[in-house]
Amino acid sequence: MNPLTKRSKIVSDKKMTQLERLYLPGIISGMAITLKHFFSRKATIRYPEKKREFSEIYRARHVLKRDDEGRERCTACGLCALSCPAEAITMVADERKPGEEHLYREEKYARIYEIDMLRCIFCGLCEEACPKEAIFLTKEIVRSGYVRDVFIYGKDRLLEPADPDKRIDISKRQTPEVIEFKRDKNQRHNK
Amino acid sequence: MVLFKLILIVSILLISLVIAMYSTLFERKIAGFFQDRFGPDRAGPGGLLQPLADGVKLFFKEEFMPAKADKFLYIMGPSLTMLVALLTSAIIPWGPGITVKGTHYYFQVADINIGVLYSFAVVSVGVYGIMIGGWASNNKFSLLGAIRASSQMISYELAMGLSIIAVVMMTGSLSLKDIVEGQHGFNWNIWYQPLGFIIFLVCAYAECNRSPFDLPECETELVGGYHTEYSSMKLGFYLFAEYINMFISSAMISTLYFGGYNFPFMDSHALSVNAVGIIGTTVLFLKISFFGFLYMWIRWTLPRFRYDQLMYLGWKKLIPIAIVNMIITGLVIMIFR
Repeated sequence: MNPLTKRSKIVSDKKMTQLERLYLPGIISGMAITLKHFFSRKATIRYPEKKREFSEIYRARHVLKRDDEGRERCTACGLCALSCPAEAITMVADERKPGEEHLYREEKYARIYEIDMLRCIFCGLCEEACPKEAIFLTKEIVRSGYVRDVFIYGKDRLLEPADPDKRIDISKRQTPEVIEFKRDKNQRHNK
Repeated sequence: MVLFKLILIVSILLISLVIAMYSTLFERKIAGFFQDRFGPDRAGPGGLLQPLADGVKLFFKEEFMPAKADKFLYIMGPSLTMLVALLTSAIIPWGPGITVKGTHYYFQVADINIGVLYSFAVVSVGVYGIMIGGWASNNKFSLLGAIRASSQMISYELAMGLSIIAVVMMTGSLSLKDIVEGQHGFNWNIWYQPLGFIIFLVCAYAECNRSPFDLPECETELVGGYHTEYSSMKLGFYLFAEYINMFISSAMISTLYFGGYNFPFMDSHALSVNAVGIIGTTVLFLKISFFGFLYMWIRWTLPRFRYDQLMYLGWKKLIPIAIVNMIITGLVIMIFR
């Protein structure tokens, strides 16, 4: 039988030699091992000061994008909610009134848009389903909390700031390949 | 001279307390480093204020006393442990001393001619602190811990005493000052008594109830051992006394086997008396820190003994070896002198 790892050892219940019975060599080799660990690189990441490096396409907290003129892109079609395997997304649609053209890009918009972060599994299917490029997942982590209510993120927290300088960069997620994939009519979600 | 002794006593007391306090931090730091972590580093720069935070925490904890505990003995336990832990420091020579205005001040509180015997007497009383604490708690785990502690300490005291007898035979004196001065320069006892040193080291670990001999407070079997029922500063005293014991026993090991404050080339004419005094004390503290580190190193390396293994090692291995060591030393002294 092949050993599973390089470090596996065959054990036996043979009698210990006189040297092994002395126990001292064992102690010294054990202490050498611990001393090696004493000087080795530490596994700890000092969290608040130093954050673990995430992948560029790490999937965490969502963001609702605005377009170049600062209008909400979401048209409350409900495809994200439909695609969501955890049923974490809830929305209430509303009609755009005259004079609100600078706020909403489409004639229909989401008056309420909520994601339950406790249900969400951060699979990214909402992002994949969205035909308006309105919802994306970001690298930012959902904060912990003591009560469940704080995990239901409404538009106040999901929507990105209107200020062009404070927009959330999602260019790593929306690569040309992704855009091409979204236009592909052979894919189920684009039919 | 009385004033000097008073200053010496107070400073030794303070130094032992501060060192014990910071040993708790270093213990945790070193434990962390041995386990590929950093250990506590949040309180103050590099975690330096951690002992203060721990102390404040212990002070503000609830003072709990079991309903059927013996009140007097319950308080007596930690006090006795602490007292005994501090007593031994009186006889340790801390340095060759300095000369100020023609008077030589030797850094030792009391040079009693039965120094080694005194330290043994004090260490034996140390059993009572644990025994009384465990008994007064009225808890089966505490009592078991106390019983383990007392039988362990009594067993290992024998081998310890026998291993020191060899040193005493070589020096011809029980006074620690004579023992240290007999190891002048690099003429340390460890070169003549390596076996005795190992026996003494093992016994010192057992006497301090440190891992791998920490059966009296074995968490996995006895909850907390003899201090299960203690809380707040009473618990703090027990834990604190353990670190003071470590410090003092490191000092004893350095004094008995590693030449105390002696260091090589201390006779060279470039050094004045005062320079030797200061370097000597520093050297002693370096030796003590090394043995303190060794305590922690061993603790985070070795697993705990089983109780029968502990007794087997103490009675059937260490005592016979110590006796053989003593006889060989005696023969060598008889033949060559």
